[in-house]
Amino acid sequence: MSVPVLELENVSKTFSIKQGIFGKRKELKAVDHLNLSLEKGEVLGLVGESGCGKSTLARILLGLESPTQGRVLVDGEDITTRDRSYLARRIQPIFQDPYSSLNPRKTIADIISLPLRVHKVGASRDWDKQTSDILDVVGLPQRVLRSYPSQLSGGQRQRVAIARALIMKPEIVICDEPTSALDVSVQSQILNLLSDLRDELGLTYLFISHNLAVVEHLATRVAVMYLGRIVEEAKASALFAGPDHPYTSALLESVLTPDPSLGVPDTQLGAVFPNPINPPSGCHFHPRCPKVMDICSQKAPEMVLRDGKRIECHLFAPEAVSA
Amino acid sequence: MTNTTETMNNDVTGPTPGQILWSKILGHRGLMFGSIVLLIIIVMAIFAPLLSPHDPYHQDLMARIIPPVWDARGSWDHILGTDHLGRDYLSRLLYGARISLAIGGVAAIISGVIGTCMGVAAGYFGGRVDNCVTFLINVRLAMPVVLVALAVVAVFGGSLQVVIIVLGLLLWDRFAVVMRSATLQLRSMEYVTAAKAIGCSTKRIIFSEIMPNIANNLIVIVTLEMAHAILLEAALSFLGLGVQPPTPSWGLMVSEGKQMLLFEPWMISIPGVALFILVLAINLLGDGLRDVSAPENRN
Amino acid sequence: MENILSVRGLKVDIPLAAGTLHAVRGIDFEVRRGETLCVVGESGSGKSLTSLAIMGLLPKQAQRSADRLDFAGVDLQHASNRDMRKLRGDRISMIFQEPMTSLNPAYTIGDQLTEALLLHRKVGKAAARNRAIELLEKVGITAAASRMKQYPHQLSGGLRQRVMIAMALMCEPDLIIADEPTTALDVTIQAQILRLLKDLQRELNMAMILITHDLGVVARVADKVAIMYAGEMVEAGTVNEVFTEPRHPYTRGLLRCIPVPGRTKAGEHLGSIPGIVPSLIGNMPGCAFRSRCDEAIPACAADIPKRLSSSGHLYRCVHDYGPLSSLSSSSGLQAKSGEA
Ligand SMILES: Nc1ncnc2c1ncn2[C@@H]1O[C@H](COP(=O)(O)OP(=O)(O)O)[C@@H](O)[C@H]1O
Ligand SMILES: Nc1ncnc2c1ncn2[C@@H]1O[C@H](COP(=O)(O)OP(=O)(O)O)[C@@H](O)[C@H]1O
Ligand SMILES: [Mg+2]
Ligand SMILES: [Mg+2]
Repeated sequence: MSVPVLELENVSKTFSIKQGIFGKRKELKAVDHLNLSLEKGEVLGLVGESGCGKSTLARILLGLESPTQGRVLVDGEDITTRDRSYLARRIQPIFQDPYSSLNPRKTIADIISLPLRVHKVGASRDWDKQTSDILDVVGLPQRVLRSYPSQLSGGQRQRVAIARALIMKPEIVICDEPTSALDVSVQSQILNLLSDLRDELGLTYLFISHNLAVVEHLATRVAVMYLGRIVEEAKASALFAGPDHPYTSALLESVLTPDPSLGVPDTQLGAVFPNPINPPSGCHFHPRCPKVMDICSQKAPEMVLRDGKRIECHLFAPEAVSA
Repeated sequence: MTNTTETMNNDVTGPTPGQILWSKILGHRGLMFGSIVLLIIIVMAIFAPLLSPHDPYHQDLMARIIPPVWDARGSWDHILGTDHLGRDYLSRLLYGARISLAIGGVAAIISGVIGTCMGVAAGYFGGRVDNCVTFLINVRLAMPVVLVALAVVAVFGGSLQVVIIVLGLLLWDRFAVVMRSATLQLRSMEYVTAAKAIGCSTKRIIFSEIMPNIANNLIVIVTLEMAHAILLEAALSFLGLGVQPPTPSWGLMVSEGKQMLLFEPWMISIPGVALFILVLAINLLGDGLRDVSAPENRN
Repeated sequence: MENILSVRGLKVDIPLAAGTLHAVRGIDFEVRRGETLCVVGESGSGKSLTSLAIMGLLPKQAQRSADRLDFAGVDLQHASNRDMRKLRGDRISMIFQEPMTSLNPAYTIGDQLTEALLLHRKVGKAAARNRAIELLEKVGITAAASRMKQYPHQLSGGLRQRVMIAMALMCEPDLIIADEPTTALDVTIQAQILRLLKDLQRELNMAMILITHDLGVVARVADKVAIMYAGEMVEAGTVNEVFTEPRHPYTRGLLRCIPVPGRTKAGEHLGSIPGIVPSLIGNMPGCAFRSRCDEAIPACAADIPKRLSSSGHLYRCVHDYGPLSSLSSSSGLQAKSGEA
């Protein structure tokens, strides 16, 4: 495989949280010693329950949050050595909420051309042309240019957000739950658009979602996140064919396919997502794990490579497998 | 392009935010009434030299305390009568409007600039800046405005400039509080994050992403604080510690009229009513603006 | 089985400055004891207003009218406010999407759980408390006794939704209306909550109306399905009928939009429904879906016939998509409701 375009090396992000007015400051590990790489042209799906640190990871990759520990590399170079403008041209975000991601006081033309104006890309007389070209790319009619976000539907707004992200011709697009707030009929349009754009422009996506069906549809590789750590990572086909980590299996079972012959699945997951301020000992997943063993509460599992998959689980530790 | 097949064919719907705002403004009675009255007062103040029949400073001791025309003793020469030094009351009232508007306007702008800077900085940067601003707001709220203004004016002497500066430096608290919470809300909006990811400078984010969205609140508070400043000036002048004679200030006119309260009640009621109408108009305008700029529903 | 709720020609109108918004345009359905009706549709299709109309909790400016609105023999149209208050929380309960806004942050979980029971039934405090603890355990909350003293903000989203369910069950209602109960939750928690609702419904033989926009949820929990579009019910039937033999172009379009692991191929284009929902203001003759429909013909602008099979599978379309095979589908209904 080629050189990764984006790489996280042992990255952690710790927030310091104050509980109550006079409470003591506590540490919250939103991202915990995480390694991840993104190769050119792939779609890496990142799944996990809310609060597991997906958005924090996205913000670190965008350079909006600096990691407490570890390095983020773009094309093999540390992003701290690069300026904002360089990063902005390489990596752009698309957010979840098409209602709050566009400034209500600006016209669509202003919103889409903002990156050009900020970075003074090319001659200013070309900006209008570039702006109207990108509208064609995302499938919006030219007449939206002079309207305001409140005049557009949710799907149209999400297209505007995509246009704004693409106008600088970035290589990497970080999509943080880009369709979670949309109706299914609109979601499918946006997913089709994203997959067309990837083919036409050769984009690389980090696709964050909690909807595994959507991830399966789009992703070439999937990373499953639990409480700040990646617990399983594999090629999409391999992961969906046979999930190894008990958490991945539970997530997959919870997907409700529209098949009336099946009932509601029993995932056997305990109800509670753990408090990230005070995570469980050993393997963070052990209190909810249906296959919990003695060792799980004592020792954090090491990462193992197995059939091209990356797993963090005691079930697959070398000694357990051989025993 | 392959995806043009999925292009949404429907038209862009609905009016622009600006059009919605205008239709709301035109449909709001209090706002329209307040702004028309205020506009009339402003026009009268601007054209005071043309409109006033006499020099407001010209004393005519032979024609002291002439009542307005509607009184049997009144004359058309002095429509609103003359004061105890024989100065034309209407002319003084027109020139007084200039003083009130100038003080209200300039004091509101000074405090607006101070309060908005502090509030936006606190809301946007958070952390230490926020703690510091919150502390300053609390200190300011613990100071009784009238007493402090009295003390300062007593020390530096009363004059138009001193009154404006004192009020400007004292009335920023509401600006800071409201701008801080408004900015705090906007800071976490995704379009601000998107602007950061685009690589916008902090200055650009504050001035082009945040400020346009808090301008509504700002205008509302400007009007409210303007009314506040006008009343405070009148009170200071009434106590003899504000604008000094012979400048024609409405507060001063009320003060001068109070000796004659029992015999010539119009002397106190004419500037009093003028003050009342001005403040009412400004407050109606402010309340109206708050109504029409209330956040609309998403759909 | 008896019908617990039967609705005929329900309309909800909201007068606005720009004209009257017809949010619900004459819909019919009934729910039987032990049965789950799922109401599906895109946002703005009038699902929530339908449920609020049944509960008598519509916003002030909204007007309700119906040919028939019957709940267990009570005519809801002519019930007084007092009668409605007696029904709500006692015989009909509601579960909302965002439990945080429907739980009062100033009171403990225990206070809020026992309130309805103390109000509607002549029971003592201790008995109410015991029932609350019993129900909290039933909805899968551990250490129920200590949870009673906690405040809503101390619980996670999933736990709050469980508390809401426990609250809805306190008086053993005949009908539960759940408006998007799992939309704000993670998939794992969603599965648990739906399972819980389904089990409790079976155990207590309640009727349930579940409102959602998620076809996956519908397929797994519904006995009967009603598809709503722009305030109208465009298709209704048993879950098997609607999912295996969808007739209305909108239903078929929706089913093509969702990625299904194993059925839609990865990376392949999903189906889509171009355009947006039309404005609901003013009268809308003909089919509301025709502006987005591939199969629209000029006749769509005229009156739309209702097509109904003997088993009750209904759709409204100018096109006749062949005879409805009532045999296979009605047996499915019997199987499902038989176990209830
Ligand atoms: N700015 C912040 N300050 C404190 N805690 C934060 C901050 N941002 C995120 N967190 C915490 O970090 C954890 C991960 O959050 P997030 O990355 O948003 O999760 P996800 O996107 O997977 O739902 C959560 O527990 C959240 O409360
Ligand atoms: N209080 C209200 N005032 C005006 N319009 C409303 C009000 N409540 C709902 N609506 C409108 O009624 C329609 C149906 O709303 P709703 O029942 O909430 O839809 P759903 O629950 O299917 O998303 C929408 O177009 C919505 O804008
Ligand atoms: Mg997130
Ligand atoms: Mg709703």
